[in-house]
Amino acid sequence: MTKEDIKKVVLDIIAEIAPDEDLSNVKPSIRLRDQLDLDSMDFLDIVMELRKKFGIEVPEDEYINLASLDSCADYLIPKFKSVQA
Amino acid sequence: MSGSKGGASFDTIIIGCGMAGLAAGIRLAMYDKKVVILEKHNAPGGLNGFYFAGGRKFDVGLHAVTNFTEPFSRGTPLGTVMRQLRLPKDAFQLCPQKSSRIAFPGVDLRFSNDFDLLEAEVARAFPEDIDDFRRLRKTVLNYDALDLDKGYLSSRETVQGIIRNPVLEDMLFCPLMFYGNARERDMDFGQYVTLWKAIFEEGFARPLEGVRVMIRALLDRYRSLGGVRRMRCGVKRIIRDNGRAIGVELESGEELFADNILSTAGRTETEVLCGAKSDSAAILANTGALSFAETISVLPEEPAKLGCDETIVFFNDSEKFSYEQSVDAIDLRSGVICCPNNYSYRDGEQLEEGLLRITTMASHALWTGYDEETYLRNKEAWFPQMVESALRFMPGMLAEEVFAKTVFTDMFTPRTITKFTSHFGGAVYGAPDKSKNGLTEYDKLFLAGTDQGFLGIVGAMLSGISMANRHILMGGNG
Repeated sequence: MTKEDIKKVVLDIIAEIAPDEDLSNVKPSIRLRDQLDLDSMDFLDIVMELRKKFGIEVPEDEYINLASLDSCADYLIPKFKSVQA
Repeated sequence: MSGSKGGASFDTIIIGCGMAGLAAGIRLAMYDKKVVILEKHNAPGGLNGFYFAGGRKFDVGLHAVTNFTEPFSRGTPLGTVMRQLRLPKDAFQLCPQKSSRIAFPGVDLRFSNDFDLLEAEVARAFPEDIDDFRRLRKTVLNYDALDLDKGYLSSRETVQGIIRNPVLEDMLFCPLMFYGNARERDMDFGQYVTLWKAIFEEGFARPLEGVRVMIRALLDRYRSLGGVRRMRCGVKRIIRDNGRAIGVELESGEELFADNILSTAGRTETEVLCGAKSDSAAILANTGALSFAETISVLPEEPAKLGCDETIVFFNDSEKFSYEQSVDAIDLRSGVICCPNNYSYRDGEQLEEGLLRITTMASHALWTGYDEETYLRNKEAWFPQMVESALRFMPGMLAEEVFAKTVFTDMFTPRTITKFTSHFGGAVYGAPDKSKNGLTEYDKLFLAGTDQGFLGIVGAMLSGISMANRHILMGGNG
């Protein structure tokens, strides 16, 4: 799974959680909260979907790593590697 | 998985299949938790259920769904509920109210789902106090009512510090108290803010077919996720082990075990399930004092044709508005009139018959103390008095005409409420002291619903969602 794949995975999850958000212009380097109407409950759901779909665990004190698509990719890439291994 | 000692075992047992229990169940089932909802009654919905009488379907408690926002804007309770439960936007088929009113002696304030109407009405009826009103609104909107760890703050003191006119103060309190306050005379400012937003800033709506549309949407979602529900399945006690809740014993004697228990039965009611004596001082001190009665008049035509084209009218006939336990069987001084016909249903659809519902405060002690014959006699005697009292505030609608045209009536009392909700004291809005964070004295036992403190149907769902998220999905039970 490449960083681009991971960004796509996260965007797909957001599309599921918030079907009314326009995701066509999400900038990977900018905080998701600054461009989309996401609250802490939505971030919980991103975490829950990652666990459900891929078996990836994100502890509560590491949610901050999910701030932007870029930071998601950097943070999640080793986690995807270890669950695929 | 801990706690299993024979008997079926779950991740979470939810007590109560009302709005909060169903919403929590959906959240947990969405994330593959093995969850069961236990309901004492045959029908789901709890306080917001529905029933059949005289060949008709009636909602138990629903006058209006508050917190209505259109379109489903983000950052609102309803928007959050729809998103968190992954429900289609129109799952609840909500249609907005026409307009509502607060009616006091010699002064009326109309309001609708557009806040500007209320502001214009305050400016018209209380021109000297409009700046106070605007300051109050600013205070309300700046208050973080979602902070679950905040303590009690008196609304009366807070509002009196801003609004100098006691009539305006009471008029604003009246709908907020009637639609959700569990405490006599005063209320927590967090609840004032929650209800202000739900009623004045957001507004009222209703599905054409009533609350069962919403229950059905929740049940379908829960079922599609594999959630299990057991009806006619009362809980006798919550089983504890070393300060930790581990399961329940059902009325039938069967035992079920779980890692978590989420109770929507109420705060004191849950304490009794954990072994507290129902007549102990601590339980009595936190039993809600406010119970209600409601008359339902079925009319052969729309109430608008008989002079009532408003959705909800909150009335009070006295110099001071008294929100406190009724001394008489019924407190005729104030109440709420609801016309379910007066919503803007789609495509000009309309209910088949006219409905007029009138709610007043009522004495739980008296109504539950009557023997059957006295109970029925009192219902018959109070019914017309409640209608006449309310219609004083509905000029153009004559009580005699309503009585002459009525084709069916029903009435519920504190006794009925006790039966439907199992709340001690027939307290519709539960215990005065809420557990906002949902914690109890037992580990792994959490509260949701009325006594967690979010209000109304949308609030109840939000409560179930928040507590499931906070204590179970995030609580290290993954």
